[in-house]
Amino acid sequence: MIDFLYLIPIALALGLTGLAAFLWSLRSGQYEDLDGAAERILFQDDNAE
Amino acid sequence: MSCCAGGAEAFIAMTDPAIARQEVLLASHRVSEGLLQTDLSVPGIHCGGCIQAIEKTLGALPDIEHARVNLSTKRVTIRWRGSDPPPFIETLDRIGYKAHLFDVDGDRKDAVQGELVRALAVAGFAASNIMLLSVSVWSGAEPATRDMFHWLSALIALPALIYSGRVFFGSAWQSLRHGRTNMDVPISIGILLATGMSLYETFRGGEHAYFDAAISLVFFLLIGRTLDHVMRERARSAVKGLSRLAARGALVLQPDGTRVYLPVNEIAPGMTILLAAGERVPVDGRVTNGRSELDVSLVSGESLPQPVCEGTQLQAGTMNLTGPLTIVATATARNSFLAEMTRMMEAAEGGRSNYRRIADRAASLYAPVVHLTALLTFIGWMAAAGDLHQAITIAIAVLIITCPCALGLAVPMVQVVAAARLFENGIMVKDGSALERLAEIDTVVFDKTGTLTLGNPQLVNADEIAQEVLALASAIASHSRHPYSRALAAAGNSQMHAAFADVSELPGFGLEARADSTIYRLGRREWALSADQAPPVSERSEVVLARDGVYLAGFHFHDSLRRDAREATTMLKGEGLSVEVLSGDREQPVSELAGALGLDYTANVSPLEKVARIRMLTAAGRKVLMAGDGLNDAPALASAHASIAPATAADIGRNAADLVFLHEGLFAVPQAIAVARDARHLVRQNLALAIGYNAVAVPVAVFGYVTPLIAAVAMSVSSIAVIANALRVSRRSIRPEQDKIAHAGRETPSPVAFGSQQ
Repeated sequence: MIDFLYLIPIALALGLTGLAAFLWSLRSGQYEDLDGAAERILFQDDNAE
Repeated sequence: MSCCAGGAEAFIAMTDPAIARQEVLLASHRVSEGLLQTDLSVPGIHCGGCIQAIEKTLGALPDIEHARVNLSTKRVTIRWRGSDPPPFIETLDRIGYKAHLFDVDGDRKDAVQGELVRALAVAGFAASNIMLLSVSVWSGAEPATRDMFHWLSALIALPALIYSGRVFFGSAWQSLRHGRTNMDVPISIGILLATGMSLYETFRGGEHAYFDAAISLVFFLLIGRTLDHVMRERARSAVKGLSRLAARGALVLQPDGTRVYLPVNEIAPGMTILLAAGERVPVDGRVTNGRSELDVSLVSGESLPQPVCEGTQLQAGTMNLTGPLTIVATATARNSFLAEMTRMMEAAEGGRSNYRRIADRAASLYAPVVHLTALLTFIGWMAAAGDLHQAITIAIAVLIITCPCALGLAVPMVQVVAAARLFENGIMVKDGSALERLAEIDTVVFDKTGTLTLGNPQLVNADEIAQEVLALASAIASHSRHPYSRALAAAGNSQMHAAFADVSELPGFGLEARADSTIYRLGRREWALSADQAPPVSERSEVVLARDGVYLAGFHFHDSLRRDAREATTMLKGEGLSVEVLSGDREQPVSELAGALGLDYTANVSPLEKVARIRMLTAAGRKVLMAGDGLNDAPALASAHASIAPATAADIGRNAADLVFLHEGLFAVPQAIAVARDARHLVRQNLALAIGYNAVAVPVAVFGYVTPLIAAVAMSVSSIAVIANALRVSRRSIRPEQDKIAHAGRETPSPVAFGSQQ
């Protein structure tokens, strides 16, 4: 049992990474225009910033 | 004409560009030093190509920092520099997109929704990780491992519960402070006790900890809460997107002869206002110069345009149709007709605020029963075994297992699904309580102009008129924005006729056209015909076409019925509802329409009398649904048990109504009632399910057989059962060709349909 103990912090860290990624994407407005994002991928961005 | 297509859209293009810029400036807000942001609502955006076209074209304009299209909300955000707004509305118009100015309250995003989603994410993370640890505990971990896992669970659960649980604790505390209980009170007590006991067990190395139950309770409930909020927000933003270009300001003529554009609330009585054709009257006033006709349908329900001349009193909110007017303001915006309606609405709202939501009524029964059961269990075990720790553990297990989870989800889930169904059919529901109230309706009161009818006239006797005469009339009429002229222009093929040398509009009389030496007049009978001409027509025709004073044809108009009005009212009557018409319009058109639909009616009703009529029906024990669109309906909409308004309604009416329907057809009304009743049925089923679950689970808990495993399984199963049942809200639409219409709406985007296309 004790051999697998190191898996626990890994699992928690992965979970926390996911949570942080989600909160970041929420904050940076990636859910503001879901329909638009699906369409924008079809066009070349020629005035890339 | 009440709002929709033409009038509102054409407005900014038709007015003086300088004024239009002023309007834009008033609607813009400052982002940072020298950088301004303007939000436009562009209903025509529907694909990736539109995004490209708009962003490229706008980006190429000077002074524009950044233009970003939001396809989901069909809006464009433009950031620009300088003191004079770039001509983006004109530019968009040139590439084929109609744009409306859109007021956002600063850059504020929906704070509540963000908070709910973050709370949900945190609860989801915690629940999944604690479950992971709990599974190994349930599978029989050794005491040392079990203790460590309990500690780990506590470490994850505590911050998550504090962060995500705030939503419930806050609302429960608010409610308790006001001496009431709502669903959040038993939920909060359950969460707090379960956490407290689990902490205690963890400290003393006990066998059972309920962190998983507590956090998954929060998780499940937050799902319901978030969906509920998202649904309402979507409806609200779709309704907000309809906000018409209301008069934000007016051109004021100052004593020294200069003209300034002032915002509406800075206009004081005594100021002179120049009002162009096509503009709405900003404040109550008196005409000092000019002649025109006013569209008053939104204000009084009167379907005929009213002639005005020097000395006429004007009410704010009416639309100037044909000629420019000079008016003197007699009241400030705050004391104008519109504000008076708002005050009446506030006064009328009493009946509805007394309504208690089903969930709250259930909670007020449920909480005492559950808490009493837990207390009795505690006393019973104390008496039987005398072990304080054991008695408390079992009593708390009773609280956990009677899981308010299913109850907390039973009502909102059904309402979310029902609202989504209605949304698909172009009906926006403002909140869940509207659905509950709508299901209780037994009387429907319709307004006439704009609700049962479309509020714009149509030519009735086109068949009686010779083709070329109709084409001639249509060609002349295409020069005017008077509703009759529009109807005529639409009825005939104006291309068939040669152009005229000169067409002029005489406000209050009609149109005069010259071709070579002949003069055609289209308009009032007395004006168009020379004095010695007796018109060989019935009294009905409102507009006459004459050549050099000699009668050519008479045109009769009729306010056209909203599509499906007949079928919808028949269907409502078939359901056993009593249906009546309450209109501010004159006796004759109301009786004609009510007769055709076979409904009872009252004509010539003032806004106050509408409220009085609804009060009377309510006092007689009826539950009234008010369907109306005008400013004059707003107080009645607010005082009825439930209310519905078409998307073309006045802003204030749309805000007062519980439901707003976007499609033209009147089937929305029976459809909404049918879905609301369906939802009520399922809510009751769900409550029965939750109670049935408790009836089985409580005895198990009372006798002390509950373990964390049983609690977790029971809670999840009951929640899922309730959610699955909620999904059964009927998808069937009472209009068989609904799909076709939704599709047509997609092809030809119009300001009234754009909210429904997501």
